[in-house]
Amino acid sequence: MLEIRNRATRAAPFPLAAETIGGVTIAPSPPRTRLSLRLRPLAAAGIGSVAGLVLDGPIGSTSECDGRRALRLGPDEWLLVADADEGDELAARVIGALAGTVHALVDVGHRSCGLLVSGAGAATALSAGCPLDLAPEAFPVGRATRTVLAKTEILLSHLDADTFEVECWRSYADYVRGFLLEAARGL
Amino acid sequence: MLLITCPHCGPRPELEFRWGGEAHVARPADPSALDDRAWSEFLFVRNNPKGLFAERWNHAHGCQRWFNALRDTHSDKFVATYPAGAPRPDIAAEDAR
Ligand SMILES: [Zn+2]
Repeated sequence: MLEIRNRATRAAPFPLAAETIGGVTIAPSPPRTRLSLRLRPLAAAGIGSVAGLVLDGPIGSTSECDGRRALRLGPDEWLLVADADEGDELAARVIGALAGTVHALVDVGHRSCGLLVSGAGAATALSAGCPLDLAPEAFPVGRATRTVLAKTEILLSHLDADTFEVECWRSYADYVRGFLLEAARGL
Repeated sequence: MLLITCPHCGPRPELEFRWGGEAHVARPADPSALDDRAWSEFLFVRNNPKGLFAERWNHAHGCQRWFNALRDTHSDKFVATYPAGAPRPDIAAEDAR
């Protein structure tokens, strides 16, 4: 994949230092490989998994293997997340596993950036702008979904009890970070 | 907040959805055979009932899939949601209340 090989180094869209307000820490996620995989649900059920990542789990679930994650965002859509330098290898493995199957695999790594929101008040701070029920019963660890935060679309993953990851498009990053800081300030 | 049940994702807040107009409007198989009146009716003329209405909805900020919903336009109650391509559920207006 030519695009991955020519990966540019980008400036971070927000300050790199973590900030803690009201017991909530907001820190940028490290740079990542993000691959968007589109595949028909029937084909996914037949293949089961690629590169150790389960494809036929429930919509909204996360599959993990060797520090990589596959988030099932919809019936025919997955986001594959890995370390920044693993893009070529992961893409090659996915392409190999899906040879002969109609699919689309697109590197969307530069489109989004992530923020880690952690601390006892993380869910409360997110709830200032996210209409989903973030109680652990309704949104347990391992859940990941596209949703909204205030006026922007985000991708929300529940990483562990007190940690969520918010991914948004780069141009919204400053707004999302500012909104979360403001929400944490009000806790 | 109103919850809408996406056939793929389950009950989700209405903010994540976009309305897409009347469902089950079939595109004419051979548009060139239609006169202007019939073509404009296909393009622009829609039902607007008070009561149960089958509509297209898109889970725009979720799984991004289109699906259909049976909604009561009077009470704004979502009576049923079902995948695109599936037939309209056979629910009478009285049963939906
Ligand atoms: Zn959905």
